[in-house]
Amino acid sequence: MSSKTLLYIGKRILLAILTVWVVITVTFFVMHAVPGGPFLGEKALSVDAQRALEAKYGLDKEVHEQYATYLKDIVTKFDFGPSLKQRGREVIDIIADGMKTSAKLGLIAAGIALVTGIVLGAVAALRRNKLIDRVIMVITTAFVSMPSFIMGSLLLLIFAVKLQWLPANGATAGGLILPIITLALYPTAYITRLTRSSMLDVLGQDYIRTAKAKGVSKFKIIFGHALKNSLIPVITYFGPMLAYIVTGSLVVEKIFAVPGIGRTFVSSITDRDYPVIMGTTIILATLIVIMNLVGDILYKVVDPRITLE
Amino acid sequence: MKMYKKPFSMHVDLDAFIPATEQEKEYMVQMRPPSTFFRDGVKRLWKNKVAVVSFFIIVFMVLSCIIIPLVWPYGYDQMLGMNKGKVDPTYSNLAPFEYGETELERIENGEKVFPHIFGTDSHGRDYLIRVVYGMRVSLMVGFFASIIVLVIGMLVGSISGYIGGKVDLIIMRIVDIIYSLPDMLMVILLASVLKLVLGEALEGTILEKIGSNIISLFIVFGLLYWVSMSRLIRGQILSLREQEYVLSAKASGAKSGWIIRKHLVPNCISVIIISTALQIPSAIFTESYLSFLGLGVNAPMPSLGSLASDALNGFTSYPYRLVIPAVVISLIVLSLNLFGDGLRDAFDPKLNT
Repeated sequence: MSSKTLLYIGKRILLAILTVWVVITVTFFVMHAVPGGPFLGEKALSVDAQRALEAKYGLDKEVHEQYATYLKDIVTKFDFGPSLKQRGREVIDIIADGMKTSAKLGLIAAGIALVTGIVLGAVAALRRNKLIDRVIMVITTAFVSMPSFIMGSLLLLIFAVKLQWLPANGATAGGLILPIITLALYPTAYITRLTRSSMLDVLGQDYIRTAKAKGVSKFKIIFGHALKNSLIPVITYFGPMLAYIVTGSLVVEKIFAVPGIGRTFVSSITDRDYPVIMGTTIILATLIVIMNLVGDILYKVVDPRITLE
Repeated sequence: MKMYKKPFSMHVDLDAFIPATEQEKEYMVQMRPPSTFFRDGVKRLWKNKVAVVSFFIIVFMVLSCIIIPLVWPYGYDQMLGMNKGKVDPTYSNLAPFEYGETELERIENGEKVFPHIFGTDSHGRDYLIRVVYGMRVSLMVGFFASIIVLVIGMLVGSISGYIGGKVDLIIMRIVDIIYSLPDMLMVILLASVLKLVLGEALEGTILEKIGSNIISLFIVFGLLYWVSMSRLIRGQILSLREQEYVLSAKASGAKSGWIIRKHLVPNCISVIIISTALQIPSAIFTESYLSFLGLGVNAPMPSLGSLASDALNGFTSYPYRLVIPAVVISLIVLSLNLFGDGLRDAFDPKLNT
């Protein structure tokens, strides 16, 4: 690795850390703009009870002191404070609980999207302008422009209500199938299009023609040269894909009643459970930033031809 | 007089060099009506069947958003069963083309009653007019949000591009950070808080009518989505300034007014318009997503997202209530996207060369 690459990686890591800090800061101050502060409910409390609560959450201190404590607790102890509505539970425990289901959901969806997307994209590129290519392109165009909540609702309607093939409730055993499909459809469509266009680009390159002229078998050309090189742009999609799955899971978990982080987040918004909103935003945002970082760095490291800015 | 000509002689055949007649001259001149960049683009756009169809779908939707609320006999928040404070339950959850009890009486008496083409919802409100209003909200949010993004992006981008130096560096670092923020999470966070904060601040002003949620949506768009626009415009300014044709125009003595009018504006306006056009569907997407989560427009004003979200509750019995907004929103987003792509293909000068 050249020193230039290292410098780039260093810069990117710095930017990522800065971004996470901005997320924490924005979250904190936005939540403190809420009338009454984030840690108080709407019910009118007696003066004493209010004092006690304020003291408990450190609200009697200056805002910048509260901010410093909040930041310090997150960085050193990974502590996001207690939940407001679910008495006696720590925010981090609530998030960890939801994460178990959501991570499973998201990882399977991402895996399906990667495999199907790459296969379909490669097939479409190799059969360019043939019927199968046209069909794949039309379907992916439709999926790309359909919001996830529409897709989820329609799948629920067709497969769970009309045909009754799959359970509608995400808390049951087979119930995760529909949410996973819903989550996977958009990234699959996107990866298919991405793979197709980059594969077409690679197939037109000189080294493919050289390999053909040398008499390399078709199989080896496709898997050894074309596919390998056309997958590089897919790496950069890791970050956006995670971002999509995170935001998509908010609605998907709402539709299918999956007990995951997304549903926790949505219900914490309706319940105005501010510490949970803050914690979830910060953790999910950090995850997305890290995935973006990994994708970008891998992209530069994997392909030596890419020039650094 | 015909001269004998040897096949390999160097003699010039003078007959081949007589001046052309007027008729022949006319034949050689190819006159076409002069064309402008805009007319060329429209011609190319017109040839793109997909874009033309999308365009007509958009026009149809915009027109129906304007016209239907004017002529429709029912209001979007009018509970048809509500009569002197009493609710007539026969009006709730009507299937398409069914009527409520009192309406049936009126029909028997020979009166004509306007049909509920999509039926009514659980509060006895005519569903078609609600879908139309939802469409109106979505289109308006999309349009104004892109204008806001355009204005802020253009201001920041051109300042950063023109001044350059330290200002440019600082602005671009800020842009980098905002760009790498997970946008949807920030949008949800801001929207969930802003609607509380604004709700109190707006009370009693004209803006209250628009609703705190829509205003907070606009603020969120203004805060987060200008970054890619400003990057684009800054890049355009930086690269256009260095173009050879600008240099050549300068060398031939063109004044800067001419250069701006004839070179800079035409070259960057199409890119800006295209990316603004493509911003509209993504804004509509975001609005419907937030409405679906309950962070969008204030009830009773419907939006396509909130209609779909409401329909989820009773959708085993009334699936069409979910399907209608779903189809409408997919159609809007799809046709706006396809039309935007067509615009880009037709007007992006970089692609044509």
